[in-house]
Amino acid sequence: MAAAKKQTLFSHEIILQSSIESLKKLNPLFLMKNPVIFVTEVGAVITTFELILRSYGNSWIFNCQISLWLWFTVFFANFAEAMAEGRGKAQADSLRKTRKQTYANRLKVDGSVEQVFSELLRKHDIITVSAGEIIPSDGEIIEGVAMVDESAITGESAPVIREAGGDRSSVVGGTRVLTDMIKVRVTANPGESFLDHMISLVEGAKRQKTPNEVALTILLSALTIIFLMVIITLKFFSLYSRVSLSITVLTALLVCLIPTTIGGLLSAIGIAGIDRMVQRNVLAMSGRAVEAAGDVNVLLLDKTGTITLGDRQATEFIPALSVTAQELASAAQLSSLADETPEGRSIVILAKQHGLRGRTISEMPHAEFITFTAQTRMSGVDIDGMKIRKGSADVIKNFTETALPHDVQETVDLIARSGGTPLVVAENKRILGTIHLKDIVKGGLKDRFERFRAMGIKTIMITGDNRLTAAAIANEAGVDDFVAEARPEDKLSLIKREQAAGRLVAMTGDGTNDAPALAQADVGVAMNTGTQAAKEAGNMVDLDSNPTKLIEIVEIGKQMLITRGALTTFSVANDVAKYFAIIPAILITVFPVIAPLNVMQLHSPQSAVLSAVIFNALIIVALIPLALRGVKFQPVGAARMLRRNLLIYGLGGLIAPFPGIKAIDIIVNALHMV
Amino acid sequence: MPMQKYGYEWIQLAAYIAILLIITKPVGLYLMQVLDARGKTFLDPLLHPVEKGFYWLLGLDPIKEQTWKEYAISLFIFSLIGFVMTYTVLRLQQHMPLNPQGFGPLSTHLAFNTAVSFATNTNWQSYAGESTMSYFSQMVGLAFQNFTSAAAGIALAAALVRGLARHSAKTIGNFWVDMVRIHLYLLIPVCIIYAVFLVSQGTIQNFKTYDTVQVIEQQAGGNHPIRTQIIPQGPVASQEAIKMLGTNGGGFFNANSAHPYENPTPLTNFIQMLSIFLIPSGLTYYLGRMVKNQHHGWTIWATMLALFLCAFLVCWHAEEAGNPRLYALGIQQDTGNMEGKEVRFGVFDSALFATITTDASCGAVNAMHDSFTPLGGLIPLFNIQLGEIVFGGAGSGLYGMLIFVVLTVFIAGLMVGRTPEYLGKKIEAYDVKVSVLFIMVPVFVVLGFSAWAVVSEWGLAGLNNSGPHGFSEILYAFTSGTGNNGSAFAGLNANSPWFDTTLALAMLLGRFFMIVPVLALAGNLVQKKRSESGSGSFPISGIMFASLLSGIILIIGALTFLPALSLGPIVEHMIMLRSNLAY
Repeated sequence: MAAAKKQTLFSHEIILQSSIESLKKLNPLFLMKNPVIFVTEVGAVITTFELILRSYGNSWIFNCQISLWLWFTVFFANFAEAMAEGRGKAQADSLRKTRKQTYANRLKVDGSVEQVFSELLRKHDIITVSAGEIIPSDGEIIEGVAMVDESAITGESAPVIREAGGDRSSVVGGTRVLTDMIKVRVTANPGESFLDHMISLVEGAKRQKTPNEVALTILLSALTIIFLMVIITLKFFSLYSRVSLSITVLTALLVCLIPTTIGGLLSAIGIAGIDRMVQRNVLAMSGRAVEAAGDVNVLLLDKTGTITLGDRQATEFIPALSVTAQELASAAQLSSLADETPEGRSIVILAKQHGLRGRTISEMPHAEFITFTAQTRMSGVDIDGMKIRKGSADVIKNFTETALPHDVQETVDLIARSGGTPLVVAENKRILGTIHLKDIVKGGLKDRFERFRAMGIKTIMITGDNRLTAAAIANEAGVDDFVAEARPEDKLSLIKREQAAGRLVAMTGDGTNDAPALAQADVGVAMNTGTQAAKEAGNMVDLDSNPTKLIEIVEIGKQMLITRGALTTFSVANDVAKYFAIIPAILITVFPVIAPLNVMQLHSPQSAVLSAVIFNALIIVALIPLALRGVKFQPVGAARMLRRNLLIYGLGGLIAPFPGIKAIDIIVNALHMV
Repeated sequence: MPMQKYGYEWIQLAAYIAILLIITKPVGLYLMQVLDARGKTFLDPLLHPVEKGFYWLLGLDPIKEQTWKEYAISLFIFSLIGFVMTYTVLRLQQHMPLNPQGFGPLSTHLAFNTAVSFATNTNWQSYAGESTMSYFSQMVGLAFQNFTSAAAGIALAAALVRGLARHSAKTIGNFWVDMVRIHLYLLIPVCIIYAVFLVSQGTIQNFKTYDTVQVIEQQAGGNHPIRTQIIPQGPVASQEAIKMLGTNGGGFFNANSAHPYENPTPLTNFIQMLSIFLIPSGLTYYLGRMVKNQHHGWTIWATMLALFLCAFLVCWHAEEAGNPRLYALGIQQDTGNMEGKEVRFGVFDSALFATITTDASCGAVNAMHDSFTPLGGLIPLFNIQLGEIVFGGAGSGLYGMLIFVVLTVFIAGLMVGRTPEYLGKKIEAYDVKVSVLFIMVPVFVVLGFSAWAVVSEWGLAGLNNSGPHGFSEILYAFTSGTGNNGSAFAGLNANSPWFDTTLALAMLLGRFFMIVPVLALAGNLVQKKRSESGSGSFPISGIMFASLLSGIILIIGALTFLPALSLGPIVEHMIMLRSNLAY
């Protein structure tokens, strides 16, 4: 997939492949799905018959060109769709390579191992995978721990740890075990695995129209039917007015009026939306989910891992009265040398800034390190008769069997109030001071939340911390609201409450206890590192397991909707200019007085019609990049966004065709095409 | 051009808009009470017992509401009964009382056409009232329908607004309760006062036989000089009031509001124009109140006003400018194009009346639209083709406009990056489907019937003019019928079995095929949850939304009808300006 990211929009290979695909798509049975382009194709067929059966001389040349350009219009529309699909296909191919035929070591009931083709594995089979082997199917580790290389799926080369139990137990078929041996329970039948799902998604094979796309298709079909009626009745009106209108010109007018631009690009926009998700390593289970992402009003964010780095870090040593900072730092470092938790490591590192470098466990053979246990709830070291301990204020009070000095107690309270965690350090009975552990808020979040606020999206942080801590972090991160002391089930009830108030909620989650909330949320993004249950409950999976990606997901969803709306507006607005090209052209022979309406001063009736048709076809090609990349997205309020897009695509759509058609008319005449 | 000649025209225009603006809120507030089954009005002490009596008669529980399907069925049953009654009255006219002139029965096709016309709030008239209709037919057959069809339109608008205002519900009101309350508390009381006012201005109200008077100035009439004139009489005032207030437009006399008995003074002319927009304008305020977004209500009002002004200024200018080919012949037209206009009203009041009557689905006229300049005549035609949503018909204007609002929100709403929402309700496939159906029906009916007529013998037989103008006449007839407007390019002789029947069909399709999607939309919206709107939601008030909405209305209307219009009024205009050809 890393390769796919670098792929440019128009590589030769993709253009060639897409051209072939678009020819296949000319099959009317296939085009029936797209009413606008289907009508265009019928128009192309009619003009072709007209050309073969009833055209001579000059009119042959004209009819020939019209009918060619109508075929081009259909071809271009197909090409846009094929391009969008082609990009997905390339990614699917690279994924498929990882799904080579593999053997699996299946455990029989009696405990013996048999080797079978991985295709024969079924749900609930138990298999073993050793170092160097590829995991043959999705599953859950039930025994063992291993380093797994998941680069085939995520593109991330650093291996990850997978272990039985807990939230990191799921493995994905197609990834490679690097160390150790694990026992895995298979969780997917052949063809239903994550990889299979991913392949079919990026290929767009099972693509269904999203609700919005369905609604838009209805609108476009209605416009098509209206214009069909306009053109058919125009034929009758022209009989009354003794204006001669050939079938070819009528068909050309029809195709110019029906919304071929958006009709031709609609499905490409949808495919490209999912594709953009895939490129950011997010797998949306359906286009519906991508669309829902654009509608989200509330983001529910876990504090840990999403807003903060996940681990608290020591930021300050605050010595007690009559203790030097150096003394406190030294004791704190000693007590943490064996502490492998991130907090412990951060204390060692902070102490180094006080000049305490190079101390390692190996230099101190006499030291006895006390590790943190749930019973003692403190850690430390016994060395040279000194008992150094660190822990929460209460625990240390018990250890020293004295009350904390007044100043230390004050410091502890202050830190707690600011949302940090105070750790008190004691040496024997003597209190040395306090370590300030702090949740570190990830960089750049404040800006991102600001963007959300501009878009009218509310951010809610959810955490198990107490209110004080939660409030301080919420303030620092710039979220709109927070829920403190939350239990896992609170997430679900919060989502339900927000939904009842008419809001759409997005959240990320990885644990099994997140699964109900993920399922309830309108957009539930499961982390790839998470459990199988979480992945099944959500409607998106983030392969990078990066919870902040929710933000990009929302933006992609919005961008997809905006692109559709912008091109629809553009397409409809284009029609005005086409009328000014064609109506005077068809009336001018009978009513020469109508000449002033030919505002573009097009050369002749024939070149006017031809130019409009050519413009209509070429605009599809011109807009393919926009459809695939999406309209530029800016995080501003709806009113500003609307004004901006209306100016560009509404007003632009009204004006652009005038110079466009005029330019084509000049070329058509310079080349003596009519 | 003599546009600046009379300052009072601008003053009158300003007065018209100012008064319309001032009365919008009180009317809207009153409508709030009338359209609420539990609403209270100052007329309650007098009318509440009557209201209860009606419910007792109908066996009705006024609190029990209907789903959209039940509402639609009630409306159809009611309209059908009304149609049968009017048809019967017209066919048996000679046996009915109040027929001093002894008029015979109407032909089947004319009775059918007329009964449909009045049941659909169209008031297309293929007859001349004073030479066809007895007083009984006018009052019982026609004026009765003027009340009920207007009330039905208002009820429909209320049903759609309820669909928007409520959420997670099933019902959209009770048709029978709405009808009873609209009649009792709104139409009848206002019309009584209105009729008395008209009488005070000189409108007649009697059951006398027609007067015969000596003409003051003897006129040449072939071999026999004309010495006497018959002056028709009748209960005009009572019919005139509801004709305007209910945006019906069917005149008592053939000359409609150009007739001195229907529209005797400048004041009545002004009040008539005002009363056309009275209820439609109030309904926009009602909308704002009901959906708790008064900005939105006023934005709709302002959009309507802007569209009205644009149309009027074009029409006025075209009529003021007159016909350049007459200038070329050395004929002065200081007062503009006066052909087919009452001298009492002149160009300004005629153009204003024509614009208003076609912005709304009224169709009353005080001048001959047929005799307008091509561009001046294009305005009424295009107004109807836009769907008569500029204030529009009583009720039908608002619900037509709301359909365009839904479409606007859908087309442009995507551009803010959310599933389009209107008043917190998601606009989904079903809503789009019924809305586009509403737009498609008139396109099919107007263009379809016109196309048929212009290539068939029966269609061409009705024409007095050939060429583009003849085409405009046919197009106008079917546009007016389908739009339930009722005004005409009168050069067309439409009282033939073919025209009567096709126009009746057009009126039926244009009324009932459009009511179904409206009620379906109401029924679908009412059950939706309402989501919160904030800075991320599509803005539905303010200048941007107003321009967007007008843009969508104009583009959809123009794209649909421009080819037809270009073969009619547009080409005629170009010919008038530039050629010496006679058409």
